[in-house]
Amino acid sequence: MKRRSLIKSALSAAALSIMSLAFSPIQAAEDTIKVGILHSLSGTMAISETVLKDVALMAIDEINAKGGVLGKKLEPVVVDPASNWPLFAEKSRQLMTQDKVAVVFGCWTSVSRKSVLPVFEELNGLLFYPVQYEGEELSKNVFYTGAAPNQQAIPAVEYLISKEGGGAKRFVLLGTDYVYPRTTNKILRAFLKSKGVAEADILEEYTPFGHSDYQTIIARIKKFAAEGKKTAVISTINGDSNVPFYKELGNQGLKATDVPVVAFSVGEEELRGVDTKPLVGHLAAWNYFMSLKNPTNDAFKKQWAAYAKAKKLPGAAKPLTNDPMEATYIGIHLWAQAVEKAKSTDTDKVIAAVAGQSFAAPGGFTVQMDAKNHHLHKPVFVGEIRPDGQFNVVWKTSGPIKAQPWSPFIAGNDKKKDEPDGKSK
Amino acid sequence: MFLRSVVLNRRPLSPTLSHEGRGRLGSAGIRSGGFMLRFFSWGSIRPALRLTLVLSGVLLASFTAQAKPDAGQLSALASDDNDRKIGALQQIAASAESDALPILEALQNDALYTVDAKRVLILHENGEATDALTGETLAALPDTAEGVMINNRVRNALTLTLAAIRLSSDNAGMRLAAIETLRNTPEPELLPLLERALLKETDARVKNRIEITRAMIQLQGEDKTVRLRAIRILGETSDPANKQLLEALPVSDAKSSAELRAAAQQAIRDINLRLARGEIMGEVFSGLSLGSILLLAALGLAVTYGLMGVINMAHGELIMIGAYATYVTQMLVRQYAPDWFDWYPLLALPASFLTAALVGILLERLVIRHLYGRPLETLLATWGISLMLIQAVRTIFGAQNVAVENPAWLSGGIEIYSNLILPYNRIAILVFAAFVLFAVVLLLTRSRMGLFVRAVTQNRPMARCMGVATARVDALTFGLGAGIAGLAGCALSQIGNVGPELGQGYIVDSFMVVVLGGVGQIAGTVYAALGLGVLSKFIEGYAGAVLAKIAILLMIIVFIQKRPQGIFALKGRFADA
Repeated sequence: MKRRSLIKSALSAAALSIMSLAFSPIQAAEDTIKVGILHSLSGTMAISETVLKDVALMAIDEINAKGGVLGKKLEPVVVDPASNWPLFAEKSRQLMTQDKVAVVFGCWTSVSRKSVLPVFEELNGLLFYPVQYEGEELSKNVFYTGAAPNQQAIPAVEYLISKEGGGAKRFVLLGTDYVYPRTTNKILRAFLKSKGVAEADILEEYTPFGHSDYQTIIARIKKFAAEGKKTAVISTINGDSNVPFYKELGNQGLKATDVPVVAFSVGEEELRGVDTKPLVGHLAAWNYFMSLKNPTNDAFKKQWAAYAKAKKLPGAAKPLTNDPMEATYIGIHLWAQAVEKAKSTDTDKVIAAVAGQSFAAPGGFTVQMDAKNHHLHKPVFVGEIRPDGQFNVVWKTSGPIKAQPWSPFIAGNDKKKDEPDGKSK
Repeated sequence: MFLRSVVLNRRPLSPTLSHEGRGRLGSAGIRSGGFMLRFFSWGSIRPALRLTLVLSGVLLASFTAQAKPDAGQLSALASDDNDRKIGALQQIAASAESDALPILEALQNDALYTVDAKRVLILHENGEATDALTGETLAALPDTAEGVMINNRVRNALTLTLAAIRLSSDNAGMRLAAIETLRNTPEPELLPLLERALLKETDARVKNRIEITRAMIQLQGEDKTVRLRAIRILGETSDPANKQLLEALPVSDAKSSAELRAAAQQAIRDINLRLARGEIMGEVFSGLSLGSILLLAALGLAVTYGLMGVINMAHGELIMIGAYATYVTQMLVRQYAPDWFDWYPLLALPASFLTAALVGILLERLVIRHLYGRPLETLLATWGISLMLIQAVRTIFGAQNVAVENPAWLSGGIEIYSNLILPYNRIAILVFAAFVLFAVVLLLTRSRMGLFVRAVTQNRPMARCMGVATARVDALTFGLGAGIAGLAGCALSQIGNVGPELGQGYIVDSFMVVVLGGVGQIAGTVYAALGLGVLSKFIEGYAGAVLAKIAILLMIIVFIQKRPQGIFALKGRFADA
């Protein structure tokens, strides 16, 4: 008897909890707006993506402290796609169908973005993508707050060719083997050819994700550089492979004054834990550096340091900010502004409202979302690594420049429209 | 095109230049007979900078009025314009002789600051700052001070200037570094400087480098015997830059041309030979280095899987635990004995061995012991455990990679040829792998414990009948295998990333090595590891890293098809038990 009643009460308790679970999203939906955060918190990309999750949470806290959006608080839903590209698609579907989020901030690698893209288009979701990428894509459901090739790769290579940058004549294009490095290098190859660089003066090399043995590659770079003419390396290595790459670079004594390496996916966060003294002078191109001096950036850094300390984040002892963090931060604020303007979280209304939004970014400029092409107008900086792991800005654009998602250096792109198809849908 | 000058100081310089002459900065008079160096950027054959050494008499006179860096120069120094910066640097350097050294060194070390683009301050390590103009010492940098930034172009010029000055330093190491830098710009204007340095030089290595640099310059000269000697000297080097110089040898005189050409051809052949040798040695070394890593990773598995027959899917996680033990040791040493930080690996080795061995013994006692003879269940159980271990580490240390810093003595490398530098951390791992292998073989073949292990693995019932405590031997053997995995983790932390998924990348490789080498054979594991390492590095050299990985896997599949028992097979009645 006793046992049966126990089972009964257990069952009813379970039923109650299931009911309350089932109802809670509806109740919550009335006073909060759910916001999805889709970044790898484990696996090879965790080195880069974990802080984006944290900075997104910080921005959400900031917005909530000011009263939220449309009078409602934002409620973050954090998922971990674990550097596993198909899992990105699954998790994004879960965010939109189960959690019913109004918007998703996420992805780093282009392969993860390509993986979630069909899901966002099918469910008419909204994704803010915060990382520089290869272009060749425009979706009505995605806003790109990172750089297109003409906002990062092309200016960086122009700098290397210039007198200030050392007048490089030979180039090693080194990358991780996936869509972003392959496409970027295709664009760069065409660009270098237009600058009169011969085919024989370009060496292209790829390594798998998570590659950790760079001996052979560094030896090849040295050999290539020893064949005369000033050589520069353009690195699109992504994720934690950068740590062994830079360690090997330092140990093999390849100095920036001989063969400068310019990286497109290495920022302050990736260099944490690398001894940067042998790497002084190697370069990175971004739209933001932590070392930029302006009041907005000072406030941003202070806010991040305080947040990291309060939440006891792993890097709180040495809080670092970087470009994709800035882009995430900008993205969340642009979205919040657009929702206020649209007075709704409806995807189509918000998309219409995001166009033309502007925001005073920590990079020191007021960046603006293009009225049509879903990309930000951003300034470009080229920085050299300092002994303390920060970057000295050695070159910058005078102001924000417009993104060209369809690079003119890929054949056939001149016919493509500078706005997503099906916008009126 | 930029231009800069510096007066070369002929008095020997002490290695602690940064403090020398701090107080009398700017007040120093002009030394007559100093030399001027001018640098031009040179776009053609050599990308570096061209040096023009001019007797200073005339030029110096024009700078005498500016013996002190004036406000105008200092504001130019603080500007964003590199041409202005270089111009100002050149003037300061020209007028202040070696007293400009503190400024130059500060500029190189990012320790030069400006306040309102007027005042120039040098920051010292103790936090004090010196005014470059007045020599006044400040207790700390003002808040408004901004760092003077340099880029690679300025850095190049700066390095050359410093090298030219330091060639007369007291410190042989400093002179060596200086001549290595000057070697990049073999311009005729350097000759007098080199000749003078050569007369005074006592260190054989520095002397040799100066002679080579001089030969690089003399190659372009007129005198045939001098040129022949230069060709001979260059023919003894292994630098591809010298090869290019020889290939581009200008020959104007028809009579001497044949002889010079022949000598140059011979020299080029010699250099090519050395370069090819360096390249092959480099590939073999990187192959052995990869092989030693594979060996370390697989050795523990060779004990647990090879000898005991336990399919331990958590082997990679034991490696990971070893790496994290290294990380924790590093943190503890940094916190409690920062002076001994460089020697933390000595403490980390036993720590990683013991931690991993402890986890291994627990694993064996709690789980694997109940599953002997049931390979499928063992496989599933250990795989589940591996997931648990990953999650546990993720919970304790976070999902992100942790930073394990190399101690100073493991950074850098030793130069064999100009195209072959062997990094210290890889040499250390190679030696360490050999040491671990030696210890394991010794333990298994020469100790009582090893005798028991072999007895139990060959015939368990008989060993038990003879009074061997098989359960204890099992636990200890598994602990040994796990401990070796821990050591591998400690070694891997020095070259790669340390994160919760560290082990996942090595488990497949480890099984590959053990299966290929032949189960139950330590010797087979060694051959398989080194063979795979060298082979994959050679393929990588021709086909790239992605294809190399695929090719190796294909080769192993084909090999195992033809010879399932691996390279070495255990002979005997109980081989299949």
